[in-house]
Order: sequence, then structure tokens, then C-alpha cells
Amino acid sequence: MATAGLNIYHLARLQAVSPDWPGGFWWHWLFFTVVIIGFVLTMVMGVIYIERRGMGRMQSRLGPNRTGPFGLLQPVADAVKVLLKENIVPAAADKLVHWLAPVIAFAPALMLFAVIPFENGALLADLNIGILYVIAISSVSTVGIFMAGWGSSNKYSLLGAMRNVAAIVSYEIPMVLAIVGVVLIAGSLSLNDIVVAQNVPFILLQPLGFLLFFAAGCAEINRSPFDLMEADSELVAGFHTEYSGMKFAMFYLVEYAEAVAISAIIATLFLGGWKGPILPPWLWFVVKIILVFFAMVWTRTTLPRIRIDQLMAFAWKFLFPMSLLNMFITALQVLAGWPTELVWVMIIVNIAVMAILVLVWSRFFFRLGGGRVEI
Amino acid sequence: MAVRTEPFVLNMGPVHPSTHGVFRMRVTLDGEVVVDIEPVFGYLHRGIEKLAEQRTYTGVIPLTDRLDYISSMSNNLAYCLAAEKLAGIKVPERAEYIRVIMSELQRVAALLIAVGAFLNDCGAYFTPFLYMFRERERIVDLFEMASGQRLTYNYMRVGGVSQDLPEEFMPALRKFMDMMPRFMDEYDQLLMQNEILLARAKGVGILSKEQAINCSISGPVLRASGVKWDIRQADPYSIYDRFDFDIPTQTTGDCYDRYRQRVEETRQSLRIIRQAMEQLPSGPVRAEVPHLVRPPVGEAYAHIEAPKGELGFYLVSDNSIAPYRCHIRPPSLINLTALRDMVRGWKIADLIIIFGSIDITVGEIDR
Repeated sequence: MATAGLNIYHLARLQAVSPDWPGGFWWHWLFFTVVIIGFVLTMVMGVIYIERRGMGRMQSRLGPNRTGPFGLLQPVADAVKVLLKENIVPAAADKLVHWLAPVIAFAPALMLFAVIPFENGALLADLNIGILYVIAISSVSTVGIFMAGWGSSNKYSLLGAMRNVAAIVSYEIPMVLAIVGVVLIAGSLSLNDIVVAQNVPFILLQPLGFLLFFAAGCAEINRSPFDLMEADSELVAGFHTEYSGMKFAMFYLVEYAEAVAISAIIATLFLGGWKGPILPPWLWFVVKIILVFFAMVWTRTTLPRIRIDQLMAFAWKFLFPMSLLNMFITALQVLAGWPTELVWVMIIVNIAVMAILVLVWSRFFFRLGGGRVEI
Repeated sequence: MAVRTEPFVLNMGPVHPSTHGVFRMRVTLDGEVVVDIEPVFGYLHRGIEKLAEQRTYTGVIPLTDRLDYISSMSNNLAYCLAAEKLAGIKVPERAEYIRVIMSELQRVAALLIAVGAFLNDCGAYFTPFLYMFRERERIVDLFEMASGQRLTYNYMRVGGVSQDLPEEFMPALRKFMDMMPRFMDEYDQLLMQNEILLARAKGVGILSKEQAINCSISGPVLRASGVKWDIRQADPYSIYDRFDFDIPTQTTGDCYDRYRQRVEETRQSLRIIRQAMEQLPSGPVRAEVPHLVRPPVGEAYAHIEAPKGELGFYLVSDNSIAPYRCHIRPPSLINLTALRDMVRGWKIADLIIIFGSIDITVGEIDR
């Protein structure tokens, strides 16, 4: 621990130079920008490895194991391979849009991490409206994806992009409403304050909110079973069908950077972020991100994909009313002062409420709908 | 406010992840809704029927392997039955049993692939597919023991099979037969009540009984629509009349029924294999047939219940060493005739699974 200045968390905590001081802000900014980029890229490599190996195991095969010990260098090999590929731009493509799309899609994935605390107070900007920032920024990558779909002048890409926009517009709403429960209990919109407020991880106080957010988050970042935007068995590769080489690598990066970002947000909001015994806080944070990501890999290997109309029905007929109910119930509990006083009672009550609501709603009010259209 | 929309044409295939090879469809879409499709064949045309006219009767067998390349044994059997009918050759008892065991194992393997690929089309990212491949691998191992090949077996001959089963075959088969029912139960647990699979496949792509008959559809697709028609019982060939097995049927004829139908048929195939294993006699595996078969002038048609439906071979002989004409009735091609009516009005995602549930092999469509 005493390796002085090179130790990340000590540096991060280094408040000797106050952020208010002119030079202090820029030092802080530079340091965290570097940390975030390094963190995201490393995590992306890590989760790609976890996904490929985990999926291999779940599909009764080995997964990549030739590159380096246990195949650990597979993400590097992937990256090198994809960078050496030729960059093909379709003749009919809108060149500027086609070129700009990966950049616009990638930037928000990095920007999300600005407000996510790696440790108590260790974050780029402790915005007092951190969650609003997260919601706002995470929708920006849709623009990049739609640009990719439109600019490629490919019908598969366009269909994928249109599905993506439709899905994200719908899933933003239950996502925001699911967060409201957390905000009500924590009493703050700042992500750092939310973590500080989690004496009990909010997944216990907000089990329904967690499920809703997880589902909506999966849809937001195109993870199975909501991966209609790049549905490989229908649309070949969806919006990035016409991308190759470095630009494809960017989209690949976006996909996993967003998965890491959503996992980090879920870890922060529901799993207590950097909080945890014994291990250093940043390590807890990483462990929780990987846990959430593993759940996503698990669903991906387990579930078939749903159809576009079912996707919409699921958002509007299931997630939306459920998140409203969740918000209402949480508000009542907060009014009654439960979160601070009767924590264990509240945990039991909320888990029971979740089970009953999900069962009743899925049984009596909601059917994955859609059907044949008369032509 | 009504938004003005207009249909557009999407070219699906020949290179597409879900066209099971190089099948091509020109799909007219109104947004996500399929308005019309126009199948385009011929990307895998190798002229097998014409090639057969220049080969000896034995030399055609490797060509039949390459028709429906995931059920080569059944193709071999259908061709050999036709050639034997033409030449009037009697097949030894043991060879008949070996043929039945092989073609039923082949049915299990092919139906496993059909179910796995169908779920892959549903978007279950390769997991069911690879699970099914785990079991198919054991069947392929068995075939490798008998024939030395793992895909194009070229095992059967006019008048029997190419060689007797090796010693290690029967113990391995017994082991497989012990394991397989448990695996089938496992798949049922994983898939039968899967909420998303039910939502995706129930009621989708319904093929009515009348239309199935009118389009001369055969095999599991026909039986899933509720028609009890199986050539193994309707027109028994080889020694199928000696075995006790049921012909399962379903009622609605939607994608889910076709998936269930395939699973049920797998169980019946296992029943037949078990009986054939018990009754397997000893003796020669090949009739005394001259190296170059010269059937008398005439013609013969033999059909079998292949994993995908009725596979028929029509052979004409002019008393030379090669068939004068060899025509193949491919189940994959004829089962596709109802595709357009089944998919109109459904969404792209449904088009993919309806197409997947028919279960085609392009090698057989194009020949």
C-alpha cells in the first residue's frame, strides 16, 4: 500500500489540491479522464473474455483457450485481427455519417463513467443530478446507432436502427421510473450520495426496481433477449452490417463499453457500488460490475429473442405499469419512514410485493402479444 | 395522422445466417410486416440427377450423400431401395436391420439439428444448437465406426451395406440408447415451457391440414398439421412392418407444433432402434451382387420416410451399367411450396422461424 504516488486510490483521494483551486480542477480532470479511459478499455477486454469463456462453458464447449494462458489474450487477438481488416465503405453510403456514427456512439459510453464513483468521492464530477446525467447521456448513443443504420444505405442496417430507436424511446421510460424508487429512498440524485446511503444494498429494498432496471437496461444496450437491433438470425448484424475494420471495432467496443456502463450503474444504484468489507472499494466495484455482467451473459445464452411487437408490448404493458406501481409503493414507504426505521421488515415486504406484483400482472394483465396482419 | 408508407424489397440470402445454406428469398416488406416473398433456388445446383446418368449404380451412392447432407444414411437407403427394386435384388436379413438402425439413428441426428437450428432462428444464441450437437456427435461417432466417415457416409450398397458393424459398435450404441432418453427429457424441461419460445412459436405460421395435403407436404411438417401419414406405416419398405411404433401427430400446425413433432418423432425412432437392436440377426450383410449391376430394362420408384419427409428415387434402366434417368423427389423443396402462404402477414422475425421450422437443406432443394 505504501507505494506512494502510484497508488490509484490514494491519488484519487488526494484532496491536497482542492478542486476549487485553479490548477486543481485540471489535475483532477486529467487524472480521472485517464483513469476512466483506462478503466473502460481494460474492463471491456475483461468482459469480452468473460463473455466468450462463460458462453463457451454454458454451451458445452471450451471457448477460446489458445491465445495465452487460459485464452486470456483472446481480446487482444480479436482487437488486432479487427484492426488489420480492410475498412470498407459502401459506394452508396453517406460517407460523413457513416464515418461519424461509431464516434458518436462511443463517446457517451465513456461519458457515463464521469459520474460513477469508483470509491467514496473518487469520481470525475460529483454532479448533484448525476442520475439525470446518466439517463440523458445513455440515450445519445442511439443517435450514433441510427446514423450508422441510415448512413450505410443498407436495408438490414436501417431496419436494425429503426428497431433500436423504437426500443430505446420505449425503454427509457420504465428505466427512469425504476430509478425513482432508488432516488426516493436515498434522497439524492448524486450517485455518490446514493452509494453512501446504501447501508443495505438497494437490491433488497428495491427488488422490483432492480428487475425492471435490469430488463430495461438490457434492452437499452441491445443485450439478449432484447437484442433485436442486431438480431443475427434476422438482420445479419443489424445497424453495423456494413461496418468493417476499425469502425466495426468501435461498435464492438461500444457494445461492451455500454454493457460495462450499465453494469456499473446497476452496481452503483442497487448493489452498493464501492461498498463492501475487507477488499478495497474499487475492487468491490469491479467485482459487482462483473457479477451484473455475468447475469447478462447468462440471460444471453439462455433465452430466445422476442419479437419487435412483443418488445414494445413488454415495455408498455409490463415494465411501465410495474415501474409506476413500484414508484408509488416506494413513495408510500418513504412517507411512512420505513427505509430508515424498519429496514428488515421493508426488505421482506418488498420482496413479497415484487413476487405478487410480477405474478399477478404477468398472469392476468399482460400477454406477449402481436400476431398476423391481414394483407 | 396516417403516415404514408410504401413496401420495399429486402433481398434475404443467398448468404444470410438463417437461410440454412444458400437459399434466397426476395422479401417484400411493409415496415416489419412481410407482404410477399419470392424464393429463388439454384445457388447450390450441382446437377446430381444428370451426374447420376454417367455413373454406375454403385457410383451414384456417394452423390446421394450430397443431397440432404445432414441425413446421408436416409438418402443412401432410398436410392438403394430403388436400385434393388429395379434389379430385383433381395437384401439379407442382417443388412435390413443394420439399415433400419442406421436410418433411424440418422433421423434422430437430423431432427436434433432441425430443433437446434429452429431455436437458433428464434434467437437463442447457439446454446440449444450446441446442446443438440453434443448428442448428434455421439451418433456421428457411431456412424464413423461403421462407415469411416462423419458426414457423407456412403455406407449402404445395392444389396446390403458396405461392411458389417465393427465389434465396438453395439456396446457404443447401447450406451447411447441409455443416455439419449434422459437428454431428450432435459431438452423438454429447458424448452417446452419456455415463455419466450411459447410467445414466439405458438400460433405462428399455421399450416392447415387441407393446405398441407394440397401442397403435398410430407414428413414432420405434415404430421404437425394433424395428418397421420408416415410412409413407414402407410407403405412399409425395408422391414418397418416388423416394428411396433406410433406416429405422433399434433393439432394446430404452428411452429411450436412442428418443434414438438420433431421431438416426439425422435422418441419413436429410439423405440424402433431398441427393437431392431434386440432382433438383430447374424449373417451376411450384403447380397451376392455383381460389381457392375445391370438391371433389366424398366423403371422403379422407391420412397422412404426421410427425416424431412417423403424422399423418393425414380430410376429408369436401359440395361446398361448406369441409370438412364435418375429423378429425385426432395422433401425439402416440396415442403417449401406452402411457405409463401404461411409467412404473409407475419413479421420478419416470424418469417425466419417459420422458414426454420420447415427445416430444409439446400443441398436437396437444388440437387
